[in-house]
Amino acid sequence: MPKDHGIGASMKRREDIRFLTGAGHYTDDIALHGQTFAVFVRSNVAHGRIVSVGTEAAKGMPGVLATFSGEDFKDVGGNPAGWLIKSRNGEPMREPKRPVLAHGKVRHVGDAYAAVVAETYNQAKDAAQAIADASVIEELTAVVNMATALADKTNRVHDEIADNECFDWGWIEDNRAAVDAAIKAAPHVTTLELINNRLVPNAMEPRASIGEYYPGTGDYKLTTTSQNPHLTRLLVAAFVLGIPENKLTVVSPDVGGGFGSKIYHYGEEALVLAAAKKLKRPVRWTAERSESFLTDAHGRDHVTKIELACEKDGTFIAFRTETMANVGAYLSNFSTVTPTFLHGTLMAGPYKVPNVYVNVKAVFTNTAPVDAYRGAGRPEATYSLERVVDMMCRELGLDPFEVRRKNFITTDMFPYTTPVALAYDTGNFHATLDKATQLADVAGFEARRLESAKHGKLRGLGLSTWIEACGIAPSALAGALGARVGLYDAATVRVNATGNVSVMVGAHSHGQSHETVFAQIVGDKFGIPESAIEIVHGDTSKIPFGMGSYGSRSLAVCGQAMANACDKVITKGRKIAAHMLESGEGEILFKDGVFTVSGTNRSKTFGEIAFSAYVPHNYPLATLEPGLEETAFYDPGNFTYPAGAYICEVEVDEGTGHVEVTAFTCADDFGNVMNPMVVEGQVHGGVAQGIGQALLELGVYDETGQLLTGSYMDYAMPRADDVPFMTVDHSCATPCTHNALGVKGCGEAGAIGSPPAVVNAVLDALNRAGKAVAHIDMPLTPSRVWSAMNA
Amino acid sequence: MTKISMVVNGMPVTALAEGRTLLSAYLREGLGLTGTHVGCDTSQCGACVVHVDGVAVKSCSVFAADVAGAAVTTIEGMANEDGSLGVMQQAFQDHHGLQCGFCTPGMVMSASALLAGNPKPSEAEVRHGLEGNICRCTGYHNIVKAVLAASGQTAMAAE
Repeated sequence: MPKDHGIGASMKRREDIRFLTGAGHYTDDIALHGQTFAVFVRSNVAHGRIVSVGTEAAKGMPGVLATFSGEDFKDVGGNPAGWLIKSRNGEPMREPKRPVLAHGKVRHVGDAYAAVVAETYNQAKDAAQAIADASVIEELTAVVNMATALADKTNRVHDEIADNECFDWGWIEDNRAAVDAAIKAAPHVTTLELINNRLVPNAMEPRASIGEYYPGTGDYKLTTTSQNPHLTRLLVAAFVLGIPENKLTVVSPDVGGGFGSKIYHYGEEALVLAAAKKLKRPVRWTAERSESFLTDAHGRDHVTKIELACEKDGTFIAFRTETMANVGAYLSNFSTVTPTFLHGTLMAGPYKVPNVYVNVKAVFTNTAPVDAYRGAGRPEATYSLERVVDMMCRELGLDPFEVRRKNFITTDMFPYTTPVALAYDTGNFHATLDKATQLADVAGFEARRLESAKHGKLRGLGLSTWIEACGIAPSALAGALGARVGLYDAATVRVNATGNVSVMVGAHSHGQSHETVFAQIVGDKFGIPESAIEIVHGDTSKIPFGMGSYGSRSLAVCGQAMANACDKVITKGRKIAAHMLESGEGEILFKDGVFTVSGTNRSKTFGEIAFSAYVPHNYPLATLEPGLEETAFYDPGNFTYPAGAYICEVEVDEGTGHVEVTAFTCADDFGNVMNPMVVEGQVHGGVAQGIGQALLELGVYDETGQLLTGSYMDYAMPRADDVPFMTVDHSCATPCTHNALGVKGCGEAGAIGSPPAVVNAVLDALNRAGKAVAHIDMPLTPSRVWSAMNA
Repeated sequence: MTKISMVVNGMPVTALAEGRTLLSAYLREGLGLTGTHVGCDTSQCGACVVHVDGVAVKSCSVFAADVAGAAVTTIEGMANEDGSLGVMQQAFQDHHGLQCGFCTPGMVMSASALLAGNPKPSEAEVRHGLEGNICRCTGYHNIVKAVLAASGQTAMAAE
């Protein structure tokens, strides 16, 4: 009988009940007395000079209460970049101001340059259209293509930046000469030029924000779709509007998916707060899906050249990467760390390669900002590596499984410091590859291939092995690399007088199942049932200052903070128990919810100790405070390093180029697993997003900067019939060595490991069929595959 | 604004609506039934699916006035009379067929309509039948398992 609760149990989710009955509480579900509606006026050109904003046209229209333009916010702060990146020449990155509403110029289609607030949504929509019609915007030549943007001295996204370059970063610059020399001297060099396709995150809940202002106290409240309410509060209060942090509460209630896109502070949040103050009424805004496509931070969008130098037997000698990374029109909060430290530091992969160098040029373009999207930099690194390794194997006639085994870091080498500065604490890459090989029945592939051939289908098998750095992040290290915030997390464990427990956490759950999994951990710690434990998140007036959920950090950072706070509670409980039981503190054992004097049957339950802490009639008041509530902040000593091996099988239709993923197998090492059901669900979702990137999804701007894929009619999201049942295993666990839970993080794995496995499988199918195709850029649409086959 | 009446989850209801008011807005704003979600406004994502006279309908693409008098069922009407989860809802919880929960109401409504028309669908029929509902979290794996389970079948390939 498997465990049904506590750590390691596939416990059913408590949060499901409200989501399954329509009782969820998402931002747009909240109706407030006296509420008003904001609608934004957005640029329909990619690049233009704002000659005049027609807010006058809305005055007097039915229901209109207020209008705003960039002029109203020109004196408040900009929305800042969270990391300062330095170029190879030592200069800081170019960091143009990102205003609440565009002022002077509009810089991408969808860039908001005005807003209107009205009594009803439809009145606000009508007025926004009138403002748009009355505004004059002189269209300028759009900068869209990264390569031409860098050479363009005339057309500038930001007038003060002549070459549209944000930074030119090298990692590690001291490696460069040795890498160049190693590649020059190598017996074999494989070179691959690739595009990591631009993606639109597409959380199913569109962004939404409600601003409130309380004139009596001067307090503000922002209800918003955020993955990290404290970070949003810090950004909107301290950096943009200049509101004292203590006068602003940020609440993120149920949030319908994030995938990175809801980490960031967006101008709409500042606007609804400013408008609420002006009108002294609640102001709400919910994005239409077309606004989400135009203004949510996009993902990926790299153009990369990677070179792999090796011996003729496939032993790696050096990797050299040159990447152009699109940051779009403005710097979103994590946009500068994503293509640099979350990408360049992973360019050794799970391999013992001695020489690695990465150069990244970040480029401004007249497109939506690009930032972290599930995996964030690490999928880009993994894709480049795993594609070039496969390409090298084909060029040299080597087995891709054996080449990876030959080059893997072995278990006796940990801790292992890579040439790009990460210190992997633990792992077993051979074990996950062997496990995936077995589960995917690689031995039976040839029989399946022949069977497919009978039906006119080309079958292929693709492998990808991956590692990532997550559990972001050690603050001191992040700070040394340019982070402008700390990256610890925090939890408060409040044992109530009646013995039940409220746990306030800095992490935010928007699908990750914290309300269940965190309760499993606390339940184990205290020996009480999960039903007596409440996990509270998403409200800055209730939770300690934590940094929220992204980078697979919730459990590895916040979960550990929570476990530490539980340990503090137990330590205090021991003192109380020692007093009540008239024994020494060192003699008190705590197990299964009971404090016992060692070697006796004298004991007090967890509930009795809690009651005593709040009703301290028999209590060591001279030496101990009443109450039973502890807070812990936890700053991790290192990143965590989940890793794994993914195997994909596809069938390619020779006549149409259509690719069907017929099987997908994952063998992952996430360290200790708290709830296998939840972990497997996270992998399923990540793999589907990776299959989407590999086969379906592409954000397309035309040469004038118009987004051609601005709806679900044009942007191909993975649907139920685009993905197969997956085989997911996490048994090859090597627990993390530097957090006590031994956990590594699983949220991004699927999206990191899967795209190269899919592409490698398609290329395997084509090449086995005698079609010498070296590479196809994602997404591998039928048109692209057919064209490659028939070139 | 005119009064529009219909029967929602078995209860006769009346709310004010404009001619251009969509059924999704009538339910959410007029009746306060916010379980029906709007994810795309263009009839693509399926988060807004409800049943109108037993048929699965994308409520963001229907005028409330056009279904006046109809019997409408939303996610709020899918639990058993004693408040326990209905068969499809329970299958979604049992098989972890939801994560963020935003697409879930539409997914449950589409899936239950699917089984009403095809009580024992194959895996392929379930996947095809849910083509009009987008989920970004689950990779559909556990949704398909849940629907097959709700139909009394086991998803062998997924075990």
